[in-house]
Order: sequence, then structure tokens, then C-alpha cells
Amino acid sequence: MIGELILLLIGASLVNNVILSQFLGLCPFLGVSKKVETAAGMGIAVVCVITIASAVCSGIYLLLLKPLDLTYLNTIVFILVIAALVQLVEMILKKMIPSLYRALGIYLPLITTNCAVLGVALLNVQDYGTYSAGKMMIYSIVNAFGTSSGFLVAIVLMAGVRERIQNNDVTSSFRGQPIVLVTAGLMAIAFCGFAGVI
Amino acid sequence: MDVSLILLAVVVVGGVGLVIGLLLGVAGNKFAVETDERVTQVREYLAGSNCGGCGYAGCDACAEAMVAGKAAPNACAPAGVAGAKAIGEILGVAVEEGARKVAFVRCAGTCDKTVMKSEYYGIQDCQKASMMPGTTAKACSYGCMGLGSCVSACKFGAMRIVEGVAQVDPEKCTACGACTRACPKNLIVLVPADARHLVRCSSREKGKAVKAVCEAGCIGCGICQKNCEAGAVTVTNNLASIDPEKCTGCGKCAEKCPVKVIS
Repeated sequence: MIGELILLLIGASLVNNVILSQFLGLCPFLGVSKKVETAAGMGIAVVCVITIASAVCSGIYLLLLKPLDLTYLNTIVFILVIAALVQLVEMILKKMIPSLYRALGIYLPLITTNCAVLGVALLNVQDYGTYSAGKMMIYSIVNAFGTSSGFLVAIVLMAGVRERIQNNDVTSSFRGQPIVLVTAGLMAIAFCGFAGVI
Repeated sequence: MDVSLILLAVVVVGGVGLVIGLLLGVAGNKFAVETDERVTQVREYLAGSNCGGCGYAGCDACAEAMVAGKAAPNACAPAGVAGAKAIGEILGVAVEEGARKVAFVRCAGTCDKTVMKSEYYGIQDCQKASMMPGTTAKACSYGCMGLGSCVSACKFGAMRIVEGVAQVDPEKCTACGACTRACPKNLIVLVPADARHLVRCSSREKGKAVKAVCEAGCIGCGICQKNCEAGAVTVTNNLASIDPEKCTGCGKCAEKCPVKVIS
């Protein structure tokens, strides 16, 4: 069981990296990866949101939706939960770390529309929905944590690369977003190297 | 179709929403952040168009900076002197009264006066076009491209393109400076609103080269400099410039200018 969970963690974070292999959550990946500090802040916020959202969503699925045969409401209810959680994270950040709150700007409320969050919650239900209640909760949380730490790793790496790009003389037609997208593509190819590890 | 199923779905989604709403309400109270009420007061006197002329991300950020003392109370040009005074009263600081400024386009090369060397087909935007080799349809590489980056940058409808050259409506201009940053040729500058004589050209080419491409270009002959009694006109790099502070408004420079480039 524990061995399986460790494999799940590695698989979710590196092999099936949410950004570089599944191409989910690209908006903040390109939007807030200018500085390593803000990128790390964004990554940690996403880790919190995805992990808690997945736990709550799986709980609601097990307690409410599955027994009442309302699984077709998954998407709506999950979005409700995610939006509320993002609001909560926003409030906490505004109170506790105002500098990070300002640095993240519009991208903080936009975690709501980060498809990685909803994607993980829905995939959990789809993949582990048939498991027993306790097992499903553990698998969901581990999978969510792995996926979101994969997001954190990818966005921090990207920010590091982008900080170095700043010091280079990029051809004018490639300056700005184009070179970032090229970089993202090269990183995705590099992450293909993890395929087949497990 | 069983109605109870629909009702159940409504109750579940509504219930979940209600519980979440209640929890958020409680959390909102717990994590409430006290904002300085002066920020909201100051914010009301700012223009509110988020033009970015002050150098801050938006009007909210500018208001915060003003309260924190990082920005001067008159940093918001569109708010005008009245707005700056009101903000100064809220913050309890004296406000220096600056002269009103307006944007001014340093080019008079309208379509009938300038020579066209090519036809431009492409994105109708100066900034995009300036990345192309050759950059402009006009033979003068310094002049207004007339594609209207400044028009789209202006939040107050003060810019328009007339005969291929940008024109400022001084009544509507608030001197926010958005157009000065949008112009890839750096043609637009802020000048005092009461400046009487200004040079409507930016070409630093020699006289002969200017003559070849534009009838309205400054040829750097220096007649204006010689005729100015106040010493306000200087010719550097084949281009005349007038210092509005020294200018007495006698009008001799405009009168003697052989190409009539001085307004």
C-alpha cells in the first residue's frame, strides 16, 4: 500500500506532470513565472488549494453525491467548492502575506479557473470512485498533493529559466511570450524523459 | 421523470452552496483587513480611468501610494489641479501648483507635404509596424506613421489622425502621458498648455535630406535662433527647439522660418 502510494506520488508529480505532460493550468504557468519568488508563492497557493479542494470534493462525493446517485452534479458542486476555497486562500493571504497578495494580483482569484484544480478533483472521482471510502480519500489526497507539487516544480523551474532569459539578447520577434512558449515546449520534451520510469 | 430527483439535486447543490457561503462569511469576518479610509477618499478624486500615467498599476495602487506618501498628491494628471488640491487636503499636505500641460506632436508631415516611399499593408498599429524593415510608408524615418497607436492609447479621446499625422485636442488632453509612451518614434511630448511657439518636426537629418522627403520639415538653418531675442531657440543636430520658459511669444521665429515648421 505504502509503496503504491509513493509510486503514485512520483507518477503524479513528475511522470504525468500536470503542466508539462497533461497541459493543464497553463495560464498561471505563463502568467506568474517572471520571478522565482512569486512563482513559488503561486505554486504553494495552488498546492494548498488543490490538496484541500480534492479532499473536500472527494468527501462530498462519498457522503452526498454517490449515495444519492447524483454523480452527474460532480462538476457543478466541485466548482462551488473550489471557488470558495480560492476566496478563503485570498482572504488569508491578504491578511497574512500582503506582499505576496499584491504580487500575485489577478492570478490569485484566477486559481478558480485553473483547470488543473477541477481536473484533479474530477480525475480523482473518475479513477478512484470505485474504491472503498477510506482508500479513495487517501488516494485522492496523495494524488492531489503529487499533482500540485508537480505544478510547483514546473512553475519554479520555469521562473528560473525566465529570469535567465531576461539577461539574454533575444531576437525582437521572439521577445516576451513567444520565447516563453518555446521554453515551455522544450521543458515538456525534457519531462518526456520521465516517461517509463514507473 | 420523477420530480423528487430534481428537487433532491436542487437541495444538494443549494445546501452545499449555503454551507460554503456561511463558512466564507465567518472567515471573511475573521480575516478582515483594515484599510485606511483615506485611500477610499483619495481614490474618489482620481480620474478612475486606470490610464497608468502616474506610473502605478492603476488608480487603486496610486491612491495607496499617495496615502503612504510615496506619490505626490498631484501625481494624477487627469485629476487636474482641483483634484490634486482636494487630495492634498485629505492628506494634509501642501500641493505645488504646476502649469497645465498638454501633449504635443512634433511632426507636421501631412500626406500632401511629405513624400511616400512605399505602401504599408499590415497591422494598423505604429508599434507593430515599427518592427518592420523600413518601418513607415513615409520617406521621412522620423515622422508620424499615422497608424494611430497614440489614438488607441488615449483613454480620453483627445488624439486623432488627420491627414496622416496625429493631432491633439488640447481641450480633452489631460497630460496623462499614455500617448508619449505609445509612440514608437517618440514624437509626442508634454508641453505647457500656454506654450505659444513650438517646432513641429523631429527630423535630425541635414537640411538637404529633409527637403527631399518633406516640405514641412525643419532644415536646421538656424534663422529662428538668430532672430530670437530671448534666446529661447536653439538648433542642435539640425533641429530647432524652443524653450517654453524663455519664450516671450514675440513670434519672430515663426515669421522668419523658411519652411513654416514653427507653429
